[in-house]
Amino acid sequence: METSFAITGKGYVLMAADTTAARSIVKMKTDEDKIKTLSPHLLMAYSGEPGDTVQFAEYVERNIRLYQIRNVYALRPAAAASWIRRSLAESLRSRKPYSVNLLLGGYDTSSYNPQLFWIDYLGTMTEVPFAAHGYGAYFALSLLDRYHDPSASLEEGLDTLRRCIDEVSKRLVVTPGKYKVKIVDKDGVREIEL
Amino acid sequence: MARRYDSRTTIFSPEGRLYQIEYAMEAISHAGTVLGVLAKDGVVLAAEKKVTGKLLDLSSAKDGGYGGSGEKIYLLNSNVIGGVAGLTADANSLVNYARTAAQRHLLQYNEDIPVELLAQRLCDMKQGYTQFGGLRPFGVSLLYAGYDPHYQFQLYHSDPSGNYSGWKATCIGANNGTAQSLLKQEYKDDILVKDAIGLVLRTMSKTMDSTTLNSEKLEFAVLTLDPETKRPNAKIYRPAEIDALLLSEGLTKQDDDTEMKAT
Repeated sequence: METSFAITGKGYVLMAADTTAARSIVKMKTDEDKIKTLSPHLLMAYSGEPGDTVQFAEYVERNIRLYQIRNVYALRPAAAASWIRRSLAESLRSRKPYSVNLLLGGYDTSSYNPQLFWIDYLGTMTEVPFAAHGYGAYFALSLLDRYHDPSASLEEGLDTLRRCIDEVSKRLVVTPGKYKVKIVDKDGVREIEL
Repeated sequence: MARRYDSRTTIFSPEGRLYQIEYAMEAISHAGTVLGVLAKDGVVLAAEKKVTGKLLDLSSAKDGGYGGSGEKIYLLNSNVIGGVAGLTADANSLVNYARTAAQRHLLQYNEDIPVELLAQRLCDMKQGYTQFGGLRPFGVSLLYAGYDPHYQFQLYHSDPSGNYSGWKATCIGANNGTAQSLLKQEYKDDILVKDAIGLVLRTMSKTMDSTTLNSEKLEFAVLTLDPETKRPNAKIYRPAEIDALLLSEGLTKQDDDTEMKAT
């Protein structure tokens, strides 16, 4: 089942999302990228109702890009998160709300801080040191409570992430096979092989 | 001949000029002076009050503080102070628009509006009045002294045509040419707020018509960063604070007053 994690470390945010696209009990695809790059220093992992996720993620992606073109500088992570949360909250109160859960990780280039936001389809938002969505969250959060270190190096952060993924594949009945991992830090966004 | 192109704001003259806009700018160069200096650790703003007199009821302007110090200096947002020169009534409406725009940004993005963005918002509106007919352009120039995390401290100027530009030190209103050449001579990069305050006051005292500076003729504001919270701290001076500041900078002639009273 759909699972995504994100953890902050010393100067970076790591994000991982499974790559399966499923319909009912059938796997349709195993190389779906569920982490979008919204701006040079901003990543968004999305999960939820299949059609809604892509539609909403693209809507967000293009609006963030539009802001950047209009105003020279990109939105800072916290401002982008507030805007996205508001979009979801407005959608929730419309006739056909999006049911999308998000993890938003970014590196604030003006205060030199990594930031992570947990947002759900009800428009709840909190800034957190680590986060997870989906069934994997039930297993990962306790692990992260124990092992997360906000000043961890990239290698240590990746170890913690591997621990989470291993635990999920050990305990969850319907476990996702593959994950895509991305990082955002002062140098921007890139993909990492686990 | 020129008259034919005077009356409407949106029509070019054969030489390619928009007379109404030029007249608006002319109106501003007769208004009270507003002067801003960008320092390394803050921005300083000073303005000359035009409406003064013994009989003027100043009780509403006594407080300074949040809304502004009366005629020319206003708090546009917690991170931006605005200084206006030109028609006061037009300025009031622009200040109101700026405050609304800033709050709208706060509501949407949960952050203080970046200074350049606020200047852009106002300029978009000012430009509209140079293109859509039947209306008069705003007879107002503004100085924006602000802080945002993108570019730290900033000083912008916008005029009735809707142009805006960033400055290290600039001046609008009466005698702005004299003031600017004085600033050009005296300004140093990496100037600190405490020196910028002196520079602003000295330049003001040289460009203003009146011989003595006091709180009746002067408005003053400083934007700095709070050393603890690292949040912008906008201080618009109260009349008593201005007098105290002038005294400490040695720009008041207190002796004259006491002499006059003695005789």
